[in-house]
Amino acid sequence: MDVFEKLKILTDAAKYDVACTSSGVNKKTAPGGIGSAAAAGICHSFAGDGRCISLLKVLMTNVCAYDCKYCVNRKSNDTPRASFTPRELAELTINFYRRNYIEGLFLSSGVLKNPDYTTEQMIEALRILREEYRFSGYIHAKAIPGTDSTLISHLGMLADRMSVNIELPSQSSLQILAPDKSKHSILAPMGYIKNRIQENSTDIIKYRHAPKFVPAGQSTQMIIGATPDTDFQILNLTEGLYKKYKLKRVFFSAYMPVAENTMLPTIDTKPPLWREHRLYQADWLLRFYGFAANELLDQNHQSFNPYVDPKCNWALNHMEFFPMNVNRAPYSDLLRVPGIGVNSAMRIVKARRTATLNFDGLKKLGVVLKRAQYFITCGGKALEGLKITQDAVLRSLMSEKTYLENFPHQPKSEQLSLFEQLPMIQSSLTQEDILKCLTSPT
Amino acid sequence: MFDQSNLIYRYDGSFDGLLCCVFESYDQNEIPVDIVLPVSPETMLFSMKEIRTDSPKANRVLASIPKKMGVDALDFVRRAFLTCLPKKELYILLFLRLGYRHGPSVMNMLTDDVVDKLVKAVKHLDKESHLLKGFLRFSIFSNILVGEIEPKNYVLPLMSQHFCERYPEERFLIYDKTHGMALVYQPYQSAVIPIEDLELPEPDETEQSYRELWRLFYDTIEVEGRHNPKCRMSQMPKRYWKYMTEFGSSQKTSPLKLENTTKLLIP
Repeated sequence: MDVFEKLKILTDAAKYDVACTSSGVNKKTAPGGIGSAAAAGICHSFAGDGRCISLLKVLMTNVCAYDCKYCVNRKSNDTPRASFTPRELAELTINFYRRNYIEGLFLSSGVLKNPDYTTEQMIEALRILREEYRFSGYIHAKAIPGTDSTLISHLGMLADRMSVNIELPSQSSLQILAPDKSKHSILAPMGYIKNRIQENSTDIIKYRHAPKFVPAGQSTQMIIGATPDTDFQILNLTEGLYKKYKLKRVFFSAYMPVAENTMLPTIDTKPPLWREHRLYQADWLLRFYGFAANELLDQNHQSFNPYVDPKCNWALNHMEFFPMNVNRAPYSDLLRVPGIGVNSAMRIVKARRTATLNFDGLKKLGVVLKRAQYFITCGGKALEGLKITQDAVLRSLMSEKTYLENFPHQPKSEQLSLFEQLPMIQSSLTQEDILKCLTSPT
Repeated sequence: MFDQSNLIYRYDGSFDGLLCCVFESYDQNEIPVDIVLPVSPETMLFSMKEIRTDSPKANRVLASIPKKMGVDALDFVRRAFLTCLPKKELYILLFLRLGYRHGPSVMNMLTDDVVDKLVKAVKHLDKESHLLKGFLRFSIFSNILVGEIEPKNYVLPLMSQHFCERYPEERFLIYDKTHGMALVYQPYQSAVIPIEDLELPEPDETEQSYRELWRLFYDTIEVEGRHNPKCRMSQMPKRYWKYMTEFGSSQKTSPLKLENTTKLLIP
């Protein structure tokens, strides 16, 4: 089999993995070597699905001893199989890297023979890159659940980032769909990696040149929509992973039906891209906006509002917090205003040192007034001519498309309290409406 | 505050030249309505004043900027000079005048029109240079990496460090077609030089096959069920596609001559 055919099979088998960024570490080239890494990450292309391509994302092999029901590479699936040799893979990486096609390598794998054997193959590929080519570019390696900790440790010394896929958000879902994996087999390597990172950080204080163990940290991903787990459960799990395992990122992947199975959504189910989008928005709020998971969802509201993003939804349910004076409010409060992001909040804090802000100035700073206008004042004054009607607020908080699809006959002048109205709107939806919303990308 | 006089400055297009315009503006107590290059057409409405580039004057202005308004402001102005903002020279002069009056806080005056204009232009420049760090494609001809870009802003000075650190043992050339300039590098030395026209030879077999492998990877990595051309376009505007390997064989169309290149790289 030539390298073209292998590349095709092993790319195709790897494409459902989403954790493909190249951020988190700044590195200079090793003497006499090639490659560097930028902390902010660099996207080298965008695929037809709009997702960033930054790393050569392939599997070492798609031969797999496991039989996870949701996975294209499961043992029982009749699909062409291939394996890279470590040297083939290293050469491909270097040749792509020299032409500036990629930032580095993202290496995952099916389980060939057993987890240890697979990991040894991956280690050899990385060793050739790091030692023979003296490659300092970015490498993300998957820890295969069930691998011996010494091998994980070795792999982690060669990689910049490691990840273990949670796959499914609960133990019960795992039991049904991934019988060869367990909560323990996933969390054990995750915990081990976390501890090694911690030990290593004290080594680096003691010995300046101590080699670094996964300097860009670890991440994980889980599949959304293959199982009945709710947004509330998923978001809580995410928060727990950030806190307990110090993960750098948690990625979500809308389930793409690749297998016919009575326990899975039918093969013609569209991936719940809309849910995935809301989860990413909420994840952002956890990591950069100081929100807690239980502020966004709770026992009684286990799913995200399909019409407005989680931050708008929170704001609408906490009107006691608003309106906020942008000339006085602390940074952390500004972050809670719909239409004000991390960048515009920082600019507001900077700019108000030299001048009092008015609405015109806010626009220059990048504030999305269309959304923010209902929640802020400039020195006690609201935007002139602002009419707070349900129609206006809804229209500005939703995307135009969603609005027109769902409220085509909303009378314009009706003066209603939106904030009591929203839950009602939600409950009056037909099953069909919800389905439409869930399956159309936003 | 002075009124803008009915006066246009003409300078040589260099950063030092612009600093001399600033000197003149203070020396004569006047603010021009525009600052133009020698090639600009004469207008009948305004009188044209030739500003000669004079190193001692330029150095005095240069030294005063970090002193009066901080090193960040100097770095900011240097980058503003690389942008494609129309009338950037005038805006830089007005910015510096603000800076001399208000000191380092000029960097926080984000709602001022002049500062806002420049901040947005610099952001555009930074974004474009960041994007091109990823979107640039090299082809390998006799072991030299050659890439071509067509940016709106003059990004080469901002890309230099990135690529020099990335390929310290290689020889490479990045040709900026818009500005007729090229960044050339051979181990441990780099330069940005004017280049008018270059021609590339036919790619050899190895080069061809890596291009095809890359295209294969690009086409395979898409999850069809998520096809989203609008999202792709907003992340990667079409004007960049022309020089990107994954979108077909654009490389042959560019009139690059490698002979010159080789000479440049091996002096």
